[in-house]
Amino acid sequence: MVELVVFAVAAAACLVGALGVVFSENPVHAALSLVGTLFGIAVLFVAQEANFLAAVQVIVYAGAIVVLILFVLMLLGVDRVENLRVEPLVGQRAAAAVLSLGVLALVVGALASTGYEVTGPVGELDVTVADVNRLGESLFTDYLFAFEITSVLLVIAVVGAITLARRPRGEEIVDPGQAEREAQLARRMAEAEARAGGDGAGEGEGAEEAEGAEAGAAGEAAAEEVTR
Amino acid sequence: MMVALEVTPAWYLVLGALIFSIGAYGLMVRRNPLVMFMCVELMLNAVTLTFVTFSRMLRDTGGQSIVVFVLVVAAAEVVVGLAIIVALLRKRPHATADDVALLEG
Repeated sequence: MVELVVFAVAAAACLVGALGVVFSENPVHAALSLVGTLFGIAVLFVAQEANFLAAVQVIVYAGAIVVLILFVLMLLGVDRVENLRVEPLVGQRAAAAVLSLGVLALVVGALASTGYEVTGPVGELDVTVADVNRLGESLFTDYLFAFEITSVLLVIAVVGAITLARRPRGEEIVDPGQAEREAQLARRMAEAEARAGGDGAGEGEGAEEAEGAEAGAAGEAAAEEVTR
Repeated sequence: MMVALEVTPAWYLVLGALIFSIGAYGLMVRRNPLVMFMCVELMLNAVTLTFVTFSRMLRDTGGQSIVVFVLVVAAAEVVVGLAIIVALLRKRPHATADDVALLEG
């Protein structure tokens, strides 16, 4: 009974989170829905006596990977809302739905064909030993070579990330919203100066001042705003 | 009287298949590269859930060891993938996955 309730709650969290990732228009909401799925799966790990993996799941996935994704979202300011109603490629959604339902049918069909039972040799598991001990023994005996290769993979990933994300020397930082923000700031400054100037004559003066002070396109835009 | 429903490992496998296909659908439908990334994470998680379930069904720790490797590969994939996305979005702030075709020579 307890297992049923745990499974129901965790599975609901997983499915709601997964649907949230796919169907939320705002990428930040999608990332937060992903956390729901990851927690649900961690709970299901605990329900299946994989306690260590549940902890790693929460620490690595929810703690590190989702935070990294959110960092990139915030850093690049790409958290704008995507309109999901337009469908740029005609028939893409229908084809995607057919394909994913096909994958689902394939997997469930394969399960049903074996009567939902596993085939093959069933190992001997000593339930008195903690899962961390068993996992450690397995990693450092049967999977030792793969474990070592994993470290090489991580080094390659770090080097690759630095190579990709670093700017070539001398290249300027491109800030997409910079011109807009500068124009806004100059406009506000000009408005404040106009207010400080007082009457109608002051406004024109402020505009001229703004034009004189700001040589760039941003300053000119601000001056136009004020004179209008 | 309430029927005592027993949670069999098959339930976990079906749940894993469901999450996998939802992730696959999202990967095919969404155009924001970061959301596509999250869909890949969904699919990876569905697979790890399946591995843990098989590990329990077969009474073998091997499945759990594989999950450790999947986690490491997912972390490496996120690092490199996000670096590519950062490099792409820095050039074109409103890029969608279609703009990656620019990488062609």
